[in-house]
Amino acid sequence: MNDLAARFRHGYPGFALEVDVRLPSRGVTAIFGPSGSGKTTLLRLIAGLERAADGYLAVADEVWQDANSFVPTHARPLGYVFQDARLFPHLDVRRNLDYGLRRIPPSSRRVALDDVIDLLGIGPLMDRKPGRLSGGERQRVAIARALVVSPRLLLMDEPLAALDQARKQEVLPYLERLHDTLDIPVLYVSHAIDEVARLADHMVVLDGGRVVAQGSTSDLMARTDLPLSGDDGAGALIEASVAGHDETYQLTDVVFAGGRLSLPRQARAVGQRVRVRILARDVSLTLAAQTGTSIINILPARVTGITAAGPSQSVVSLDLGGTTLLARVTRKSVDALGLKPGLAVHAQIKGVALVK
Amino acid sequence: MLNAANLAAILLTVKLASVVTLLLLLIGTPIAWWLANTRSWLKAPVEAIVALPIVLPPSVLGFYLLVAMGPHGPVGQFTQALGLGTLPFTFTGLVVASVFYSLPFVVQPIQNAFAAIGPGLLEAAATLRARPWDRFFTVALPLARPGFVTAAVLGFAHTVGEFGVVLMVGGNIPGQTRVVSVQIYDHVEALEYGQAHELAIVLMGFSFVTLFLLYAFNRRATMLSA
Repeated sequence: MNDLAARFRHGYPGFALEVDVRLPSRGVTAIFGPSGSGKTTLLRLIAGLERAADGYLAVADEVWQDANSFVPTHARPLGYVFQDARLFPHLDVRRNLDYGLRRIPPSSRRVALDDVIDLLGIGPLMDRKPGRLSGGERQRVAIARALVVSPRLLLMDEPLAALDQARKQEVLPYLERLHDTLDIPVLYVSHAIDEVARLADHMVVLDGGRVVAQGSTSDLMARTDLPLSGDDGAGALIEASVAGHDETYQLTDVVFAGGRLSLPRQARAVGQRVRVRILARDVSLTLAAQTGTSIINILPARVTGITAAGPSQSVVSLDLGGTTLLARVTRKSVDALGLKPGLAVHAQIKGVALVK
Repeated sequence: MLNAANLAAILLTVKLASVVTLLLLLIGTPIAWWLANTRSWLKAPVEAIVALPIVLPPSVLGFYLLVAMGPHGPVGQFTQALGLGTLPFTFTGLVVASVFYSLPFVVQPIQNAFAAIGPGLLEAAATLRARPWDRFFTVALPLARPGFVTAAVLGFAHTVGEFGVVLMVGGNIPGQTRVVSVQIYDHVEALEYGQAHELAIVLMGFSFVTLFLLYAFNRRATMLSA
């Protein structure tokens, strides 16, 4: 009922966007796709920063655009985080935050300014002008500024893309805290699969201005028919729970329907839900369970499909008690091992990353 | 040190330039905003018209303004119908002519300042609930401030420095239209070189100080925004 329905046909010379999607009103939905696939345009259409001649948009049963009406951006209860922060250079951080806050009626203030300042750790920056902030600080202020208007929908356009790796690592934990503490649905545009894996519950994959897939992040990550699987960062997402810790070797065990995995010691309580990511390139296959190997995560699996990924590589889909895992192997190995759907194998997992 | 006639010319010039600058900021700002944001095909022709006074000899502009505001011109007919008489050889006529003459010097810096802000920050303001007028006054205007300072200074200084248009449209009526540049011309015609020098040195000093302060301000503004 309370979801977001968007249908747009929008084009300019050399590009056409044609989408018709329904998105959940909870959690983080990633809009994923390569550069030029129309991700940002879709977000701008939803914000009303661009106007499709032919469009329908309803958010939580409120129509923002249809054939006869168009709610202008300033009247839509949304927050928008731009890739390039777009802080007002003539105002200090405090007044940047106040800008939106002052323009919403007190009755619709549901997010407390102090909470947002704490959440994003920008307390010490309040009296600085944007020109005196680092890239990561600027982006945190921009996120805070979008939150203090108590948006009913938060739109984020690649908020980390302009940052280097170190700054990304600085901002990412704040985005995760956002997800965990605020009950605001987020549309998160990204072309970075690792960000999506960490943050998103749901995803929409765009290519060439069209939606090529949508669904839960873990389902889509496990599919081999999408452009995602050819990527070096392709891999399965597995929802698991913490089973216990091995204090001697400083390992944490997690269990899921397909078995048990060990990863470096995590500060998580036993029983806690976690999300782990296993890259396809970190999984190799054997026909018999190996002994005398340094790899500690070896799980029995069944081959469900094999997809070519480039001239020499294949991506093998595996079923582990209902969970899908991907393995990237050479085409030569596929033939040498006689891999085919239905075959029982052992997956040797070289790396498991906790993403949430 | 200045005699009464010279002082009167200076006061008249300052009054003219002040009125003209104020009017130009009011008229020039919407024109500059439109030019900075429009995608209409009219943009280029309007820009060309605004810029005409830069390249035209002041006598050409003055001539057409004189004809237009004269008793048989369209503007003259209109002002007569309103019972205002005709504008040439009056202070009001001088103001109107100066507004045209100095228009590009006010519009162009403001237009450049608006264009430099770009749509990004205004979009950000829109996502923070600011309506169009609100965005203009709280984002565009403050950020374009260096452009407004440049525009006001150039508009003022350029009006002080005009001669040809004044002579064509205003003539040489003491206290009405006899501004400093015309007064200097009169002194030279009458071979009163000492008197001419007095005024000329004032104008020279004024122009230098004004431009010096303007460039110093712009340098500071550039460094602050960097």
